Amino acid sequence: MLGYTLRRMASAVPTIFIIVTLTFFAIRIAPGGPFDLERPLDPLILANLQRAYNLDAPLWQQYLMYLGNLIQGDLGPSFTRRDFSVNELFAQGLPVSILLGGLALLAATIFGIILGAIAALKQNSWLDNLIVAIATLGITTPNFVIAPLLSLFFGVILGVLPAGGWSNANPAYWILPVITLALPQVAVIARLVRGATVEALRANHVRTARAYGLPARVVVGVHALRAAMLPTVSYLGPTAAALLTGSVVVETVFGLPGVGRYFVQGALGRDYTLVMGTVVVIAVFVVIFNLLVDLAYAWLDPRVRYD
Amino acid sequence: MSDNTILSVRDLRVTFQTNDGPVEAVKGVNLDLKSGETLAIVGESGSGKSQTTMALMGLLAANGKATGSVKYRDREVLNLSERELNKIRGKKITMIFQEPMTSLDPLYRIGDQLAEPLRYHAGMSRRQARPRILELLRLVGIPDPERRIDSYPHEMSGGQRQRVMIAMALANDPDILIADEPTTALDVTIQAQILELLADLQKRLGMAIVFITHDLGIVRRFADHVAVMRRGEVVEDGTAEAVFTAPKHPYTRMLLDAEPEGQKLPPAPDAPELLRGDKVHVTFPLGGGFLKKPTYLQAVKGISVNLREGQTIGVVGESGSGKSTLGRALLRLTESEGRVAWLGTELPHGIDEMRPFRHQLQLVFQDPFGSLSPRMTVGQIITEGLLIHEPSMSRAERNTRAGEALEEVGLDASMRNRYPHEFSGGQRQRIAIARTMILRPRVIVLDEPTSALDRSVQKQIVTLLRDLQLKYKLSYFFISHDLSVVRALADHIIVMKSGEIVEEGPTEQVFDAPREDYTRRLMEAALSTERFRPAS
Repeated sequence: MLGYTLRRMASAVPTIFIIVTLTFFAIRIAPGGPFDLERPLDPLILANLQRAYNLDAPLWQQYLMYLGNLIQGDLGPSFTRRDFSVNELFAQGLPVSILLGGLALLAATIFGIILGAIAALKQNSWLDNLIVAIATLGITTPNFVIAPLLSLFFGVILGVLPAGGWSNANPAYWILPVITLALPQVAVIARLVRGATVEALRANHVRTARAYGLPARVVVGVHALRAAMLPTVSYLGPTAAALLTGSVVVETVFGLPGVGRYFVQGALGRDYTLVMGTVVVIAVFVVIFNLLVDLAYAWLDPRVRYD
Repeated sequence: MSDNTILSVRDLRVTFQTNDGPVEAVKGVNLDLKSGETLAIVGESGSGKSQTTMALMGLLAANGKATGSVKYRDREVLNLSERELNKIRGKKITMIFQEPMTSLDPLYRIGDQLAEPLRYHAGMSRRQARPRILELLRLVGIPDPERRIDSYPHEMSGGQRQRVMIAMALANDPDILIADEPTTALDVTIQAQILELLADLQKRLGMAIVFITHDLGIVRRFADHVAVMRRGEVVEDGTAEAVFTAPKHPYTRMLLDAEPEGQKLPPAPDAPELLRGDKVHVTFPLGGGFLKKPTYLQAVKGISVNLREGQTIGVVGESGSGKSTLGRALLRLTESEGRVAWLGTELPHGIDEMRPFRHQLQLVFQDPFGSLSPRMTVGQIITEGLLIHEPSMSRAERNTRAGEALEEVGLDASMRNRYPHEFSGGQRQRIAIARTMILRPRVIVLDEPTSALDRSVQKQIVTLLRDLQLKYKLSYFFISHDLSVVRALADHIIVMKSGEIVEEGPTEQVFDAPREDYTRRLMEAALSTERFRPAS
């Protein structure tokens, strides 16, 4: 298993290299640059700026330079936030995003599994229909609708929670963003778990468990739910990577200092290094969580063995 | 009702609510089981034999409902609450199923699964259960139980998994063991072992067995009592001897007659040689890659066959013996080494190069449900080959040919506008045969064409194949693990094991005087089930 893990880590390096290369050239193809403002800069200043950031060098040189820095863990200076390096921006923003995304992931997994399992066990009852209906609503309602509604209702009308803003110390600020992030995932996971559980309950080995007079909690909890977890685990990998790297909508609506907005802001401002940094961070998260999913899968299902 | 009756079923009815209204699967069944005896419930698919026992075990699907009465030792068990039922099922009444491959939970070690009935019925702890489990595994003949107790189901063969299921069934010393087609999914030699094990355990432990099966051979060998079911009703019951020697109901007689009979004469000595394989090898790569050394499976190891006009070569062997692969290699449907010659000239290898030969060399598959496209009409399915091999044919002409081909296989020509799902398994296999016959082939590879069918339907297909062979001088390469069908159809037998021929010769010789030990085991397993012969 350790050998497999190490091999997977090693094979992630070329993946990330390809992603970095493609992104590097793709964003350079986009028209405009980081210093193209509405009122053009004095050509002399522009030339100075470009020299300062090595933008005057040939593209391949810039690319090699970027790779060289990346290997040393240096994501370079931000072009639009000139007092900060990209590393500093992520050092500030990533903990916020990971905290919120992690809590949302936890909540989504717990509630999604519970709701999905209940719906499956009470298949075709009113409770099942209700859960499926709510789940469908949760999947189809975009977060830019949910976020302002939550903020308005709990923050402004009821006034029980902060309508926006951030505090590292006060969890009251975390609640609404976490709910907004978690709701659609609860819906997706509930539907996944419901489908998988319904199928698992029909499996022959569950029939065996029932035929042998095992109590319902063992039939369901031990024999049906474990099999039903497998598709959910697969789904959680990319979802975790997406949640932990922030959401531009949630951060904007609630005014949070996360990293999700960097991607959009960086792309719009042609902040080459910021975009590259975001891509690298997301790619690393995706690779890590896909690996974790595969390991969890092997742990849950003995038929899957990596060696 | 005599004193030692332990299970008594009265007027049991099972109804399923479906979208087309209620369907009654079991219509007022009465059965009695005495302690220690074996009752066989016999019937073809859809006769309600499985649903009868599912109802008494409380295992009906959610849309099913059972009425009537099932008494276990004078206690009503039908429609008990789950909690009450759980005190009986798995403890006093246990069950083994048709699907050994999937009846155990793939995610848990077999030791843990065997421990569950002991923990929840006998109140043992996991640790207390372990010696009992080892004892059970030894009882059902699992080798090396100390190691096997920690195996996962996927690490065991189908026969071993069924043994584990039997061990689970015996865990709490049950009064009744229900065996629902326990050997159908297994190879013949394994079948015989499992049946012997059950008979032996019954002798030693004294439980009653309810044996659900469509296989009369098994019934004849093991059962004390027989109940014959048809369309949800018991049409005949009695002692096994009475039912087999003097069947009263015409359906029972039909089932008894359904075992294919007769034999095929060898082709004339001067019959021309059609298809010849010389030292055919088939090798499958089993993976390996950039860093790993590639590994190979030798599925067929240098087999030579010679199929003459009007001949039927029967190929028998257990699953994995390479018989299907050999059939495909002879049709050039899989890559092989060695020489395959058609009328003396070597067959080409490429798909395009083979096309001119295809209409003479045809194939019928085992699964009549999977091998017909559900989105095409029967007419489209059977004429599809004509589009390729006789492209100049007009639509009207194709239509006529489709009608003729259907009538040839005993179906109505008007059926060509219907879809496969409207037909039964036997009818579908006829359609599959019509699809090959329309091309007027000379050689047909039949890959287990009757295995998925009920006995009575099997017999009809055998008769059809025989008639077509006589009429068109067809040559068959007949692959089957069902020896009674092979015996009725083939004039020459090849016995395969692990990709090699272990024995071959004229049918009579192989069946009556097998030379090899393996052949003898295969024969014994399949044919030594004759205890009572019907009085004819």
